[in-house]
Amino acid sequence: MAKNILIKNGFVIDPANKINQKANVYIVDGKIAEVGKIEPKADMVIDAAGKYVLPGLIDIHVHFREPGDEEEETIASGSAAAVAGGFTSVVCMPNTEPAIDDATSVEYIHRMGRQARKTHVYVMGAITKGRAGEQLSEMGFMAQAGAVGFTDDGSGVQNVSVMLRALKYSSMFKNIVISQHCQDNSLAGSGVMNAGFNSTVLGIPGIDPLAEEMMLWRDIQLVRKTNMRYHVQHVSTAKSVELIRQAKKDCLPITCEAAPHHLLLTDDACCDYDTNYKVNPPLRTEKDIEAIKQAIKDGTIDALASDHAPHLKSEKELEFLAAPFGIASLECALGLYIKALIEPKIIDWPQLVSIMAEKPAKIISVDKGTLGKGKQADITIINPNYEYTVDVNKFRSKSKNCPYNGDKLKGKVEYTIVGGEIRYSAFATV
Amino acid sequence: MEVLLSSDKIADCITALADEIVSKAARGDKIAVIGIRSRGEILGKRLSDALSKKLKTKLPCGTLDITLYRDDINNPQGQSQPLVRSTEIGFDIDDKIIILVDDVLYTGRSTRAAMDALIDLGRPKAIRLAVLIERTGRELPISADFVGLKVDLPAEKSVQVNFVESDGKDRVIVI
Amino acid sequence: MSKKEFIWNRKHLIGLRDLSREEIEYILDTAQGFEQVSTRSIKKAPTLRGKVVVNLFFEDSTRTRNSFTLAANRLSADVIEFTQKSSSVNKGETLLDTARNLEAMGIDIVVIRHSAGGAPKFLSRNINASVVNAGDGYCEHPTQGLLDTFTIRKIRGSLEGLKIAIVGDIAHSRVARSDIYAMTKLGAEVTLVGPPTLMPAKINQLPVQVSYSLDAVIGQVDVINMLRIQFERMGTNPFPSIKEYSHYFGLTVDRMKKMKKDVLVMHPGPINRGVEIESEVADGPNSVILQQVTNGLAVRMAVLFLVNQGAMVKE
Repeated sequence: MAKNILIKNGFVIDPANKINQKANVYIVDGKIAEVGKIEPKADMVIDAAGKYVLPGLIDIHVHFREPGDEEEETIASGSAAAVAGGFTSVVCMPNTEPAIDDATSVEYIHRMGRQARKTHVYVMGAITKGRAGEQLSEMGFMAQAGAVGFTDDGSGVQNVSVMLRALKYSSMFKNIVISQHCQDNSLAGSGVMNAGFNSTVLGIPGIDPLAEEMMLWRDIQLVRKTNMRYHVQHVSTAKSVELIRQAKKDCLPITCEAAPHHLLLTDDACCDYDTNYKVNPPLRTEKDIEAIKQAIKDGTIDALASDHAPHLKSEKELEFLAAPFGIASLECALGLYIKALIEPKIIDWPQLVSIMAEKPAKIISVDKGTLGKGKQADITIINPNYEYTVDVNKFRSKSKNCPYNGDKLKGKVEYTIVGGEIRYSAFATV
Repeated sequence: MEVLLSSDKIADCITALADEIVSKAARGDKIAVIGIRSRGEILGKRLSDALSKKLKTKLPCGTLDITLYRDDINNPQGQSQPLVRSTEIGFDIDDKIIILVDDVLYTGRSTRAAMDALIDLGRPKAIRLAVLIERTGRELPISADFVGLKVDLPAEKSVQVNFVESDGKDRVIVI
Repeated sequence: MSKKEFIWNRKHLIGLRDLSREEIEYILDTAQGFEQVSTRSIKKAPTLRGKVVVNLFFEDSTRTRNSFTLAANRLSADVIEFTQKSSSVNKGETLLDTARNLEAMGIDIVVIRHSAGGAPKFLSRNINASVVNAGDGYCEHPTQGLLDTFTIRKIRGSLEGLKIAIVGDIAHSRVARSDIYAMTKLGAEVTLVGPPTLMPAKINQLPVQVSYSLDAVIGQVDVINMLRIQFERMGTNPFPSIKEYSHYFGLTVDRMKKMKKDVLVMHPGPINRGVEIESEVADGPNSVILQQVTNGLAVRMAVLFLVNQGAMVKE
């Protein structure tokens, strides 16, 4: 391993430090030594001419399926997929089998992440035991073990008093966020796609946008009371965006994220019953996409997160009603964001890097997401204009449930450096 | 294109067919005419009218659709596709002498299909085949009982029977 | 013979939403040709001799299955009956596994009934045999839509300009959807009647009227189709009681008096007597419920015949 690395001639985008220019980046002992017009001697030099040098990207919402569904994904395979997608940190969701609802499980995820030796693997613990929505899990012990937050993702906490208790109780721990998959089950019913004209003619039970909005509205009232830090996962409706915008105006400690499919796809995609388009929250309408993009532009949305949800081919090869929810998109997420946000000029590159690195780091309270001096050297080098075709057969992920297969995307990840170590290179097997 | 029969000649043939059928009928025979869709249907009606006149009694007359009985129904299809239409036989065929009418007897396959279809409808005393044109080229052991005109044509030629009702004028041509 | 140029080239019958008016009329015309097969002494034609039809039913249905079985038998096809309660659990044999297994036995036509909308379309993408939808979830029940339309056309000659009410649980009704597509394509004006809790989302984007009052529409309609209340789909309690439902949406003898004298009363069956329709109405002179059943046979024979023909069409 090279003790020090010099990344030369790249265009450095580091919004946290307001850098948006050509500069060299010098890494010593796994840390950022300097960024600027420097040319020190290094064990290894990476010529990044024409490339963008970014603080390592962070995906705060992935499902690595371990423990329980290792046939779909493991922490090792998911980590390999993450660095191939340019992500130097990921946050695993606790909806495994069994759920991550105690300190031992949190430690297990961390250990498997370290062994994989690819990306930094963080984890959120379950808010309630077994994600059953009834009894609080040992959030304190999990926080001590390094859980960055809590969520029952896969479903929301239905019972209001349980949610209120979770927010109140967790507020005594530092650097913790309560994260919610907003969906009121009584309204969502047996729905598996957006409720609308398409669900009506496809004969598929729908999930009314209200199912998300009601729980979000409810939680906002609870946050108002507790002032606990609260994060909304995968916002999917225009009204949700509006509720969050208002809550932020009211200075509530609320953040939120958007997933790539909610920026690119509408429920029209379900018209052929292709289960690769079955996600939760479901694909909505053009109007919702526009609202989410607008919210990204005006800063209402704090982070982009892939909601990478791998599933076996045999599981997705089912009737739309029976197939599981989820899209595996970790390895092409960057290209999807570029397509959705940069190409139509919704936001510029520094803004994109901000919501893919700087702000996600703040949500999970980790000292990352910048190229500041002395920080751990998590760096992603990309060729922003290189066009490639998504090919699921080349995925490191064990699952291929990706509806973008065959799409042409821009933005190729060339190097992913984690803690000063090259963990992924497009040019060689690392 | 060669005209095999003109309008007048067709009428003569039908009269001749009717005469022959009547001459061969025994006293007490219950005769009914059934035409095979679509040209046989028209010919059948005309023949039944002619027979009715001669016998001074209205003969029952019906139409048989043989699509369901065709032996090429499960062959790959190109530009033509059989349309299933209804069989309209408003009388009991049991114990009747059925004059089965078609415009052209060629391979014999339509006749085979028609006989199968008829037998699914009941048990006629006898089935006699009357055709306007009988050409060579039989693929099945079938022959006509009453024939308007016999012709010998090479396989690449086709015989077309036109009627006023379906095509605007009466004539039989070879293409 | 203006339909001479028309070539039926569909190998599957998945739904009526995708079909053109011409295609629907072609099926109905073909069905007309099949009617007489059921009226004669030997109710069988050799058309599909040597073909194998599988009735793949994942939902209880005696009538539709029997109707398809009889239709296939009348065309001399061999029929395999495969009935299994569908489970949403994805462990064990999947729908695809089942279908591929059957296909390995050399089948020609799969008639599928499934609780998941889209299952027939999914199947048609994955196997070589022809697929006929015998009802999928809330999506479509095309042969029912065709036989309803056939019945009306047979009695009235045409659907052009007819006012048709479809009453009941529209949200969970595949029959309603297939009826809407077929009937509106053939020129009828369709009004959907039922409580708001049984209307699906954005249904007004289809070319239909929606009414929450049966009494407001019964005076004008030429045809009234009473849908069956499916108690098994009523988990969410969309109305307070059967009694109250019948009060607002039941076709009673009293309501019949306010209707046109020659109104056709239809029901896809099986009837819940006294719930959506009173016995005296169901068995009354305006009822064409049993004719629907008879016509269903001709329509299903036509459909089996046509998908087989469609599979023969050369590219």
